Formats: sequence, structure tokens, C-alpha cells
Amino acid sequence: MDLRLSLAVQGIQMFLVLILAPLLLGFTRKAKARLLRRQGPPLLQPYRDLLRLIRKQVVLAENASWLFRSGPYLIFAATWVAAALVPTFATGLQFSWAADLIAITALLGSARFFLALVGMDVGTAFGGIGASREMMFASLAEPAMIMIVFTVALVAGSTQLSTVADFMLAHVTLRVSLGLALVGLITVALAENARIPVDNPATHLELTMVHEAMVLEYSGRHLAVLELAAALKLLLYISLIACIFFPWGLAPPGSGPAAYAMGALSYAGKLIIGGFLLALFETSIAKMRVFRVPEFLGAALMLGLLATLLLFISRSF
Amino acid sequence: MTIVVALWGVAALLGIAVLGIPAQRIAAGSRLIYLGCLLACLTILVAACGSLLTVGSAAESLTLPIGLPWIGAHFSIDALSAFFLCVINLGGAAASLYALGYGEHEEIPGRVLPFYPAFLAGMSAAILAADAFSFLFAWEFMSLSSWALVMVYHQDADNRRAGYIYIVMASFGTLALLLAFGLLAGPTGSYAFAEMRDAQEAVWLPGLVLGLALLGAGSKAGLVPLHVWLPLAHPAAPSHVSALMSGVMTKVAVYGFIRIVFDLLGAPVWWWGSVVLVLGSATAVLGVLYAVLQRDLKRLLAYSTVENVGIIFIGLGLALAFKANGMASAAALAFTAALFHVLNHSFFKSLLFFGAGAVLTSTGVRDIEKLGGLIHRMPWTAFVFLGGCVAISALPPLNGFASEWLIFQAVLLSPELAQWGLKLLVPAVGAMMALGAALSAACLVRAYGITFLGRPRSPAAANAHETDRFSLAAMSALLVLCFLAGVLPGFVIDAIAPVAKALVGQRMPVQASIPWLSIVPVAESRSSYNGLLVFIFIASSAMLAAEVIHRFASRAVRRAPAWDCGYPDPSTATQYTADSFAQPLRRVFGEVVFLSRERVEIPPPGDTRPARLTVQLRDLVWDVIYAPVGGWVSYASEQLNYLQFLTIRQYLSLVFAALVALLLVVAIWT
Amino acid sequence: MATFDLDTAHMLAGGMVLVSFMLLYQDRMFSLLNVFALHAFVLSLSVAWQAYIQNAPHLYVTAAIALVLKAIIIPVALHRVVVQLGIHRTIETVGGIGTTMLLGIGLVALSMVVMLRAAAQADPLAREDLALALSVVLLGLLMMVTRRNAVSQIVGFMSLENGLILAAAGAKGMPLVVEISVAFSVLVAFIVIGVFLFRIRERFDSVDVQALDEYRGERR
Repeated sequence: MDLRLSLAVQGIQMFLVLILAPLLLGFTRKAKARLLRRQGPPLLQPYRDLLRLIRKQVVLAENASWLFRSGPYLIFAATWVAAALVPTFATGLQFSWAADLIAITALLGSARFFLALVGMDVGTAFGGIGASREMMFASLAEPAMIMIVFTVALVAGSTQLSTVADFMLAHVTLRVSLGLALVGLITVALAENARIPVDNPATHLELTMVHEAMVLEYSGRHLAVLELAAALKLLLYISLIACIFFPWGLAPPGSGPAAYAMGALSYAGKLIIGGFLLALFETSIAKMRVFRVPEFLGAALMLGLLATLLLFISRSF
Repeated sequence: MTIVVALWGVAALLGIAVLGIPAQRIAAGSRLIYLGCLLACLTILVAACGSLLTVGSAAESLTLPIGLPWIGAHFSIDALSAFFLCVINLGGAAASLYALGYGEHEEIPGRVLPFYPAFLAGMSAAILAADAFSFLFAWEFMSLSSWALVMVYHQDADNRRAGYIYIVMASFGTLALLLAFGLLAGPTGSYAFAEMRDAQEAVWLPGLVLGLALLGAGSKAGLVPLHVWLPLAHPAAPSHVSALMSGVMTKVAVYGFIRIVFDLLGAPVWWWGSVVLVLGSATAVLGVLYAVLQRDLKRLLAYSTVENVGIIFIGLGLALAFKANGMASAAALAFTAALFHVLNHSFFKSLLFFGAGAVLTSTGVRDIEKLGGLIHRMPWTAFVFLGGCVAISALPPLNGFASEWLIFQAVLLSPELAQWGLKLLVPAVGAMMALGAALSAACLVRAYGITFLGRPRSPAAANAHETDRFSLAAMSALLVLCFLAGVLPGFVIDAIAPVAKALVGQRMPVQASIPWLSIVPVAESRSSYNGLLVFIFIASSAMLAAEVIHRFASRAVRRAPAWDCGYPDPSTATQYTADSFAQPLRRVFGEVVFLSRERVEIPPPGDTRPARLTVQLRDLVWDVIYAPVGGWVSYASEQLNYLQFLTIRQYLSLVFAALVALLLVVAIWT
Repeated sequence: MATFDLDTAHMLAGGMVLVSFMLLYQDRMFSLLNVFALHAFVLSLSVAWQAYIQNAPHLYVTAAIALVLKAIIIPVALHRVVVQLGIHRTIETVGGIGTTMLLGIGLVALSMVVMLRAAAQADPLAREDLALALSVVLLGLLMMVTRRNAVSQIVGFMSLENGLILAAAGAKGMPLVVEISVAFSVLVAFIVIGVFLFRIRERFDSVDVQALDEYRGERR
């Protein structure tokens, strides 16, 4: 009974992130539009977009290969597994011991690897530009993420997300290294999710395309799967920031439905605040030119390195 | 028993080498030779695995009355030798299987067939040797036979230069090792490893021996700045030999380093770890930065080998640092991680070189700028090569990620280290290793994307054909091994445990008893990783998504020309080239590391000459270290050349002066 | 709640190190001045917090001086100087921003090692605050050394001052008189430098130190 219940709760978390991801995207777009004094699309518009895309015919380039056709499912699977492992409303779920921070980072790396490859599959210049810029950003964003993971792991004593969340909940303090790690994680999250100031998710101009360039040749159900994967990635990063740095409200392991409901409520609140702050940030800053982004991500890497260095020097930082 | 089997295997390989000389005259000669090598390697592999996996097996030794009369030849198998014999003979067996198909394309089999079994024999003999003389003899034998294989296509001037640099660096390495063993043997001249292990040394001696071991074994493994021969020599040889040189011979060098530093030198000091860490992290980052800018597929893979050797040495450096501080369980973790990476690298690097060889025989072209679209012409090769790329980029659930995860866990244990130098160095090493891993993913995306994806950039690529089934069998077998090592890493860790126990004093916790087949480096509450679960999750999510989509979505598919934002171009020259892909990385990293400068010359309007973009890169290692040394040696030899042209009277006076000087010495000092 | 007090003090000192890195990261003049205002603001917060936990009311005055003078008046005045003199809005660096930040990390590590070994007998938490303050000083010096533009060198000098004030506030019992004199000397230095800049600009049509170097007396 207990095993089935805990498996059910784990399954609820997996599908919760899947269902909430387009809603978060819709909320962010609505908030951005309202901040720019526009009406903006309805909150449920991303669901309608996905439904519309699913029903459409797929137009494949003549030389698209099996990798092009199966890529979206692999990318989606890797992103969904990573997003499902991050604690959202409760820690200590059935498979929470598999939620290793380094493994989550590497799963996102696999998704990115295949995304870059499918971008190059058709052999157009746009796909190449997207793939090469994405790999350049990744070559700095991934080490920055690893250094942030090191910082958090050195503070909490483990790389397992549930343990980290429980530790942060129990020992709430302000620490320099965690502050630096938070700034670094926000920077990496902006870069990885292709938000302004790194990339513009709402444009199809070559000057500003990175993620959009890689998925340019996709249509129909493949594009729907990729859009859902991108929304999941945004949800993952906001959940990660909430789980590590603002863990209040997470239900401890083995608690009842009341605690889970409270956890879900606080999680929804964190998503709303995160989406709103993202919209606010995107409307108040301009997009950087491409070769300023390595300096931006290099700064995140330096902050992560500094935080880890401080923790190596003294445990009280 | 095991050692007798292994020595017979080596003798069989030497016999096959001799048979290789007349074998080229028979039609199926090369197939027979490679089949013989395959069987011999499998025999040694089975024996070594048996020795490694049997619990409580003691080291076996044997002394043969060959070699120097007052030393004989000592051979032994302990846990370390057994592990490395497994690695080497697995690589050798895979290469022989591959060569059953690849060898048919060889134009001059007579230059390859005698030396290939000799190369395999030399490597196994070096692992089995238990005294300095046999070790160095086998080492030189291995170097010379591989040099002969590098010089197979000696008509090409580049290959001749590669062979020349290789033989110079190999001789330099052997000289360093000779001095190291000489220092270890001491004034008593006890060359057997068993005696070196027990000998008491002076305080200054271990540091010097460490330096010499780094020079000798490090140059063979490919540590920066001694790596310069590797990217020249590895591509010059035939592809199965390149796979052996990159995937297997570098591991013999790692074995030599571990044997000298961990086994023969005794208790380490903390700064040994920091030297090895600095060299390892520099190698990891520089190797992959060189790789990102390469156009030659095999040279790219050779530089990637340099990067992975750097990662192995990072693990070994951490193990040394932990061992010097008395943290035995952390040392076991770092050491096991390094050996796990040794095994993994031999798998996926051999796989990638086999794929490069397949591309070379199919298209005749090694320059990736002239390839493209091979995924349509060579689908199976493309699939296994993709698997190799995923494995080497350290992506779950394959094996590259498992060993890198373990090294990251070892870095997370490092704040307990006491010395300030290590406290400041290890975070930087962790950052450089993460940087190397991310750059290697970028490098392999570029290599795979330009070679296999896109549209063909030349007629050679457009007319490629699939490779033969032996090559595919070898590559598939290696991919399956990569997959198994990735989803069941606990078994590999348990197999490596006796080696760790022997050399750092403790082993990692037993992994086979952990629920769900996860791996736990320190304690379950701390961190764990489960490759099998990750694989099951990914596979089931992908299948669930595909199933749901196919149930509810439209199934219609239409083929049309590429969209390309409404401006499609039928010319294949408008797609991204390898240089274009590397340009952002060159801009970000190349300006500091390679002093890269771009220059654009645009002719004035009306002039019909093309515009010219020139990219200038400098190999600083070559310019700062090797070019001056080469210059001085040239200068010195030119000055000494005058001795060749003296008159008879001057020669006689030289002899007379030497005689008088020696008589003076006798007069004064007796 | 003693750990909360000390943790917040650490946090604010670490915040100053973070803002010093942000100063090194900027490549435009106006954003540099804005970030410098932030630097002074974080300094005033940090000094005010030290005043609270040390129960030293005179430090509140120091915090107020830092806030009014360094976070508001000086950035606004420098802003007007930049606009009036028509100085280049882009900051040219020596060696690139990435390399500068790497050197910055090295300097932070150095100051940690120096402070934690040299002051081994002192209270550990105060020692770490002092180490962070020394990092801010060194980062300010690094900024002066790696910038070609005179205004950005002035900003580097000011951030160095901020680091010294942070160190002084962390050490208990610094008298107010010294604070006021320090503040006034800063103001005087600023006026002099401003006048100088005006004269240099009039004479040579540029305040780029690299270009000005060509007019020096003896050639090398």
C-alpha cells in the first residue's frame, strides 16, 4: 500500500510538471505583455498552440534523416526526466534518491547535444548558426552550473536534491557562497532558457536566433514536442531555484495529503513569483550582442568558482 | 597458471608476427593473421579477467632465463596488471576484429602484418614485466613496432615528419624512464620490482623519480607539453593501429606511471598530487581546445585522447593528494574513478577511431570539410559513431558520465585536504574539468554534425558506401560495452576494487549489494547515481511521448525542400562549415590560448579578386618549447660538425691529448 | 541570534565583493557609474549593520555619509562630467574582461590566504570579514590597473576607498573624526581630479591615458 501510494505521488509530480509547464509560459508572456501595456495572449494560449501543432501535417525537408525525426522525442524525454526529478511540492519521494544535481545537469546537456545535432541535420546555414552559438554558450554555462552544484553540495553535504532541500529548510541562514551561487544560477538559467538578454524567444531574426534557429525546420507534432520541452526546461530552472534557495513549503518525506496540498500551493506561488520576476527582468533589459554573452556566462562561472573557493577555504562562508 | 597462459599468449603473438612476413603472399593471409591476433588477445583477456575477478587471488610471479644472464626476466600478474591486461586485450581484440574487415583495403599489407601482432605483444609484455629491464625492453619494442606502423605510408612527407617526431619523443621518454628505474634500483642495482618496492630511499629521490616518470610515461600518454607527437603520429597510422595507439598504448603509459608512483615509490607527499593535478587539468583543457579547431577527423580524435588522458591524470592526482593526507576512502574513490575512465576511454576512443577508419575507406577523405550527409549513405556506421560521440561527451546513461560523476564526487570530498596549495588548486581543477567536458561535447557535435549530417560537400561524400560487417561488428560490440558500463557501473567498480585496495589501501564500498543497482561512492545519504534507472526513465518517457503523440496527433508527413526561412540554396557550400562552427569558440578561447588573429582583406570596388579571410593560430607549446630546443640542438650539432673535417695530424693530437689527460688523472688521484 | 547577525555581516561584505566583480564586468560608462552607486549603497548598508551589531552609533553617521556622498552626489557629479567632456561611453580594457575576472578570482584567493594565515590568532569571523574587505581593495586596484579611461580609474580608486572603509567598520572602535576627514579628502581629491580632467580635455582633446602617454617628456 505504502509503495503504491508513494509511486502514485511520484507519478503525480511527473505529470504535474508536464501540465504546469505551458501554463507557466503563458503566464510569463501575459505578464510581459501587461508590463508593456499590451493585452497579451490568453493564459491558456500555449495549450491551444500545442494542440494546433499536433493536429497539423509535418513537413520534412527532403534530406531529413532518422535522427531528425526521432530527435524531438529524445530531447523531450531527457528534459522531462530531469524536470520530474526536481522536488516541487515534496521531498523524499519514491525516486528522489535518483535526483542527483550533476545527473540533472548532464541530462540537460544530453538534450542540448541532440538539439544541436538536429539543428545541423538538414544542412542549412540557420541550423548551423544556432548549433554553433548554442554550443559556445553551453561551453561556459555548463561549467558554471557544475561550480554552482559544487557550492550547493559543499554547503548541504550532498548532491542529492531532496537532501539539499531538507538541509536548506532546516538550516536557514544567509551565506555568502549561497548568495553568489544564486546570482550565478539565475544567470545560467537565463542563458539556458534562451531568454533576454541572451536570446530572444519571440523572434525569428537571424541576428537574435539561437534556440529558434535550431528548431527552424520543424513543424507539426515534432515542433509541439520541442516547444513543450522548452517550456519544461523553464519550469525546471525555476523549480530548481525555488527548491534550493527558497525551500519553504516543501512537504517533508512521509507526510499526509494536507502537507502535500500546502506544498503544492507554495509551489504554485513560487512559480507565479518566478514567472513575474522573469517577465519584469526581460522587459527592463536589452538583448546583449552575441560576443558579450561569453563574458556574461564567464562572470557566472567566476562567481561559481569564487563561491566554491570560499567554501574550500572556510566552512563558514 | 594465469601468468603462464598470458605469457603463452604473448609468445603466440610474436609467432604470428613472424608469420606475418610471408602471409602477404596468400590471398586470405591478412584475414588469418588478424584472426590469430583476435584469438590470442581473447585468450589473454579471459585469463586476466579470471585473475581480476577471483576473490582473494594473490600475485603470481615467474622468472624466465631469458634476457640478461644475471637478472633473468621477471614476470608477474597482480591486480593492477590484471586490470590493465583486460583493458589492453579488449582493445586489441576489438581492433583485430575490425581489421578483419578493414585489412582488406590495405594496399601494402606486408608493411602492416608483421608489426601489428608485435605491437600487441609488446604492450602485453610491458604489463606483465616485473623488472626494469624487461619492462623497458617491452616498452621500446612497443614503441618501435608502432613507429613501423606509423611509417607505413611513408611516401607522404607529413607522415615521415610524424614518424620522425614520434621516434624522437619515444626515445626521450624511454631515456627518462631508464633514469627513473636507475634511481629506484640504487647503487645495489636491484632491478626487480619486488626489490625496488622494499628499498629505502633518500629523501630527495622520490620527487626526482616522480618528475622522470611524468616525463617518460607522461610523454607516451600525451600530457601537455609532451603531447606534440600524438596528434601527428596517431592519424598517420592505419585506422586499427590508430585506435590501438590512442585507446590502448596511452593506457600502457598510464600503467607505467601508476606502477612507478603508486607502487614502487612508497608513501606520497602532498605536492606530488598538486603537480599531477596541474598537468592533468592543463592537458584536459588544452587538448580539447586544440581538438575543436581541427579539420582532420583523426587528428581531432587524437587531441580528444589528450583531453581524456588529462582527466585520467586529474583522478590520479586527486588519489595521490588524498593518499598523502591519509584519507584512504577518498583516495580509493579518486583512484577507482581514474581507472574506470581508463576502461571507458579505451572503449569509446577505439569505437570512434574505427568509425573514422570506416569513413576514410568509404570516402577516401579525412578532411571533414569535404564530407557531410553520410548518415544517409552509411546509416549503421552513423548510428554507432553517434553512440561513441554520446559516450565521450559524458552524457547519461552511457559510461563517460559514470566515470566523470565519480571524479566530481572525489572533488567534493577535497575540502578535507589540509594543505593550502591543494585547497586553492582543487576548485580550479574542478572548474577546468567541467570546462573540458563541455568543450568536448561541443567538439563532438561539430565532428558528427559536419561529417554525418547536413548535405554532402563533395562527390566523395555523395558516393560513399557502408562498411563491411566485421568493422560494424567490432564497433557495435564496443557500443554495447559502453552501454553496459554506463547502466551497470557498480560491477565495474567492484572489479576495480582489488586494484584500489592494493595501491591506496582501501576499496570503495561494495556496489553489488546496493538496492536498485545504484552506485554509492561514500554513503547512501550523501549521493548516489543510478544509470539503469536513468536509462529506463528516458526510454519509457520517449516511448510514452511517441505513443501518445501518434495516438492523438495527425500522422501525416510530407517531404518538401528545406524551409531555411524562405531562402533555400541548392548549393551545398552555403551550409555551415567546420571552421564556421568553431568560430565562436575560437573567438572566445582562441584569442588567449592560440593568440588567434583574424584578418580580412577586401579588394576595392571594381576589382574582381575574391575577398580573403585569414585566420592565424599559433601553437604556443611548439613555439615556446620545441622550436627553441630544436634550434639549439641544430646549432650545437653544426658547431660540432667541424670535428668531421680535421686533418690526420689534428686527429692524432686529439688522441694524444686524451691519453695525456687520463694519465694526469691517474697521477693526481691515486 | 548571534549567528544571524554575523551571517548578515558576512553576506553584506560578500555582496561588496560581488559588486566589485560587477564593476570589473561593465563595459559602458553610465552603467559603470550606476554600479558604483550600488557599491556605495551596499557599503552604507554594511556599515549601518556593523553599527547595529556593535552598538556603535557613530558608525550610523559614516553609513549616512557613504550613502549621501558616494552613492548619490559623486555618481551624479561624475555623470555630468562625462556628459560635459563628451568622454567615450565605452570602456577600453587591457586584456579583456574574462582575463580580468580570472585575475580578480586569483586576488580574492590571495587575500583569503594572506588574511587567514597572517591573523591566525584573531576571531575567525572578523578575520573573514577583513579578508573580504581586503579583496575589495585589491579588486579596486585591479580595476585601476586594467582600465585605459581616466574616469574608470577614478571609479576604481573610489571602490578601493570603499573597501578600506568596510575594513575599518569591521574592526571595532574607529573614531568618527577619521571618517569625516577621509570623506573630505575624497571629496577634495574628486574636485581636483575633475578640474584636471577638464584642463586635460581642453588641451589634448582626449582623456584616454594611452593617447596622453604619447605627450610625455622623455621617450623610452
